[in-house]
Amino acid sequence: MTPSTRRTGRTPAIALLAAAALALTACAPGSSAPPAPGSQAPSAVRTDAAALGDVTLTVWDQEVRGGQAAQMKQLNDAFQAKYPNIKLNRVSRSFDDLNTTLRLALSGNEPPDVVEANNGRSSMGAFVKAGQLLPLDAYADAYGWKQRYPESVLRYSRYSADGKSFGEGNLYGLPQVGEVVGVFYNKAKLTKLGLQPPKTWADFETALGTAKTAGEVPLQLGNLDKWPAIHVFGTVQGRHVPAEQISALAFGRKGASWTTPENTAAAEQLVGWVGKGYFAKGFNGQGYDPSWQAFGKGEGVFLIAGTWLLADLEKALGDDLGFMLPPGVSADAAPVATGGTGLPFAITAKSPHPDAAAAYVNFITSADAMKVLTSTGNLPVAETGEQSVQAGPQQDVFTAFGTVTGKDGLVPYLDYATPTFADTLGAALQDLLAEKATPQEFLATLEKDYKTFTESN
Amino acid sequence: MAGRRAAGRPPGEPRRVAYLYLLPAFVIYAAFLLFPIGRAVQFSLYDWDGLSVGRWAGLDNYAAILADEGLRAAFGHALVLVVFYALIPLAVGLALAAVLNHAKVRGLGFFRTVVFLPQVVAMVVVAVAWRRVYAPDGTLNALLGALGLDSLTRGWLGDYAFALPAVGVVGTWVETGLVTVLLLAGMSRVPPDLYEAARLDGAGAVREFFAVTLPSVRGEIAVALTLTVIAALRTFDLVYVTTRGGPGTSTTVPSYEVYHRAFGLGQVGSAAAVGVTLALLIFVISFGINRFADRGLT
Repeated sequence: MTPSTRRTGRTPAIALLAAAALALTACAPGSSAPPAPGSQAPSAVRTDAAALGDVTLTVWDQEVRGGQAAQMKQLNDAFQAKYPNIKLNRVSRSFDDLNTTLRLALSGNEPPDVVEANNGRSSMGAFVKAGQLLPLDAYADAYGWKQRYPESVLRYSRYSADGKSFGEGNLYGLPQVGEVVGVFYNKAKLTKLGLQPPKTWADFETALGTAKTAGEVPLQLGNLDKWPAIHVFGTVQGRHVPAEQISALAFGRKGASWTTPENTAAAEQLVGWVGKGYFAKGFNGQGYDPSWQAFGKGEGVFLIAGTWLLADLEKALGDDLGFMLPPGVSADAAPVATGGTGLPFAITAKSPHPDAAAAYVNFITSADAMKVLTSTGNLPVAETGEQSVQAGPQQDVFTAFGTVTGKDGLVPYLDYATPTFADTLGAALQDLLAEKATPQEFLATLEKDYKTFTESN
Repeated sequence: MAGRRAAGRPPGEPRRVAYLYLLPAFVIYAAFLLFPIGRAVQFSLYDWDGLSVGRWAGLDNYAAILADEGLRAAFGHALVLVVFYALIPLAVGLALAAVLNHAKVRGLGFFRTVVFLPQVVAMVVVAVAWRRVYAPDGTLNALLGALGLDSLTRGWLGDYAFALPAVGVVGTWVETGLVTVLLLAGMSRVPPDLYEAARLDGAGAVREFFAVTLPSVRGEIAVALTLTVIAALRTFDLVYVTTRGGPGTSTTVPSYEVYHRAFGLGQVGSAAAVGVTLALLIFVISFGINRFADRGLT
């Protein structure tokens, strides 16, 4: 090496140090954004949208697919026609893109006015904690949302003002659509096996056994993506554990426990099904999409999954498709099912036009909007039982959701519990189903995550 | 010193003007590389959720990384992937390139293209395709079934013993082409008289390979290893699409943790610390590889 090359070699290193020093002396990350204005709702809310003057609303949504995109376009057009003074600037992205960009958008100085924010602690919870969302309770009173929406649905958008407790407190968003995890079944297969759709949980287990003996795949499952088994476990758990305990666990509230005899019984039943060969072969190595597609092709008598698969499965199976809420321990037991809502629409705290934004949220969730949602093939979250749909699987789904929300039987997704719970539970369930962990070890893993979170929250 | 400058100064403009020429490129480099790196290092020293004001945490994030058993396992998995991404492709590539170079096969250009093709396809596409191959009802199991090896069929990506090697094999498939083409280019530069001399001295094909070919492509081996080792350590897309770290946690990798912590859990400080640690590890390993190659040359 000559002296001159050595010297140039050193320059970038010095520059790097200088840059690092510069960055380090800068202020703490996040402190450049001005503090959010007081996140109190304005004392007087205005609901006369036509009198709000010329306003432009920026709306971020994730309604990009099929019927979702259709309803959003139809409702936005109707809103524009009714309120020409409010201009909509719609930005729509896929669910994943929205989730990864929303955090940055909200911490900027000019966030969008209305955003679809995922319910969970690491999305909506974190935004509430940072004071970025507006509590909507004043609007809920003014527009009568609390009369139209069941509380078991609204609580998925409720947080305490500090963002720490989930499922109670202020209302921060309003969803358009609902979803519930239930049991899809293949009617043709049931008839061939000489079975009726099961009325009780014991009937269901017997039907699985009959299907196995007849050489069918009793219960279709593909768990490569980790989360699908969460819905199956949640459904089994709902037969063994009281609903209020599940809610406490799933909302990550203090005072509940995973290591109870009831949870153990649920885990044992689930792993018992593995032993009896009730699940599709190699389920831990099969993707979610290929598994429900296989069910659509007639591989599998039952499939425990959410109503979001309705349109695709109906296309594949037609009238052979049936859907029901998971049957209870007895035929007349109160319905309990895992479920929730589509992403709620929230209003940002920095929005200069909260009244116009609320008018928009109200418009796309009104009784008329519920009809539009129905006609575009979505499952409206409110007034579900009053929609008129053709008999068949779609009616099954509407009836199921109407029944379970009417009796406040929805229990939350278990992965809401703590910010890390989706991973903890997903991995633990793969371990349990592969019989790498006993039900006791499985529950101890969940208990550790749950306790660590609730004690520090 | 003064005398040296007068005598040793090269002709033409004064040296310092050169920095002026470098300035535009340096400004861009600093704005888009040095500044983000500096910020990432800064973030890694804070407990920050990406939304509210960060809290100074010093080296806590790094201490937590060392203490985190799951994360240590993730780094371990990345090292296993190095074997599949770098060492196996190197062995296969050396053999393949030596044969292709020697045999002067017809249609060499065609083979070169075919072998290189996996490099051209986007990793996500590769991952989706292999996911189908490894599925319980996928191509691999169908093939085993046709050979009468039904007892070996399984859901490969859901199997605790086979998931990580299965992901690794995809890496081998992708990287072998790159390594082969690099080595082939190197071997074609070796003067034919070296081989002639070796043959006159009575060397066989194997001896010739170790005495002539291997030392001649030392530089190419270093380049190939650097590229593939970096690819192995920063694997993200392949794991994200095929297994999401499962079954259980048997295929987690550090890059996946960076993404997951920053965008999934909102632990931006911790994510930055993992990222910085990974960058340092990559830097040390590739520095080692190049030192090794340089020393061999002089």
